[in-house]
Amino acid sequence: MHTLTIAGKTYSSRLLVGTGKYKDFDQTKQAVDASGAQIVTVAIRRTNLGQDASQPSLLDALPPSKYTYLPNTAGCYTADDAIRTLRLARELLDGHTLVKLEVLGDPKTLYPNVVETLRAAEVLVKDGFQVMVYTSDDPIIAKQLEEIGCVAVMPLASLIGSGMGILNPWNLQIIMEHAQVPIIVDAGVGTASDATIAMELGCDAVLMNTAIAQAQNPVLMASAMKKAVQAGREAYLAGRMPKKIYTASPSSPTSGVIGT
Amino acid sequence: MITLTVNGSPQPLEAQINLAQLLENMQLTGKRVAVERNGEIVPRSQYAQVELQDGDQLEIVVAVGGG
Repeated sequence: MHTLTIAGKTYSSRLLVGTGKYKDFDQTKQAVDASGAQIVTVAIRRTNLGQDASQPSLLDALPPSKYTYLPNTAGCYTADDAIRTLRLARELLDGHTLVKLEVLGDPKTLYPNVVETLRAAEVLVKDGFQVMVYTSDDPIIAKQLEEIGCVAVMPLASLIGSGMGILNPWNLQIIMEHAQVPIIVDAGVGTASDATIAMELGCDAVLMNTAIAQAQNPVLMASAMKKAVQAGREAYLAGRMPKKIYTASPSSPTSGVIGT
Repeated sequence: MITLTVNGSPQPLEAQINLAQLLENMQLTGKRVAVERNGEIVPRSQYAQVELQDGDQLEIVVAVGGG
């Protein structure tokens, strides 16, 4: 009930976190640990020529034996670049096949290019990858990505890094009603209440990076997000009372009031 | 003399070397990297067998923080 299953593997945490935009690896590790996340996204980038090779790496701070790595294709604008990036990631991580596919359409909005995303997803699924896919909140595209064989569909709440929260809960609900795979809200969460709302809607998990990394106190925000996701999940399972517009209902007994 | 393109930059070399030697020159031996040569992934076990050719396009990547 409380666990999340993706591609046959079960996780106790429903919060997935990114590892970008932190001050240093020490802060990254503290925030990830405070979030309780078991799945962490990482980017794949060229080694810098002339870089000091003795510097610590992300993999030293967050050992892949302890966390499930989710290599992403951030910065890719074509299906081909995304596919190449994830093939490199698979080699880098010793055959690891669980990946986050994102193909962007525009550097200003970072809005997903769903046409290229669909193309890349088809190739990657055929190539044996377990694809968790970032997409728009279009219910038809979400369903098509599921039918291609993606193991999780991850619609945006709002633009990447915007912190604008959930702009279209109705579309997310349509996506969830029709989904047979986990639906994970990815991108746009700004603060704890946004994560709670996503989970109250019935999302299976939330993925975030900037909301934690760019908080004034990232480690404290990571802890808040952990609780927010748990609270939203429990509220969803508990089933909220119906909204009664313009109809008050007293919580205390109506009889026995003094002076009556 | 041969010239490789490594991560988008030209890399002239005095003599032909293999991929393992190139990674050693870059102080990347033992580091967790992945290499694509002319669009194809090179498995880590084969680095010493891959003799680099003039004009080879190499991408050498690592995992970094990202969301």
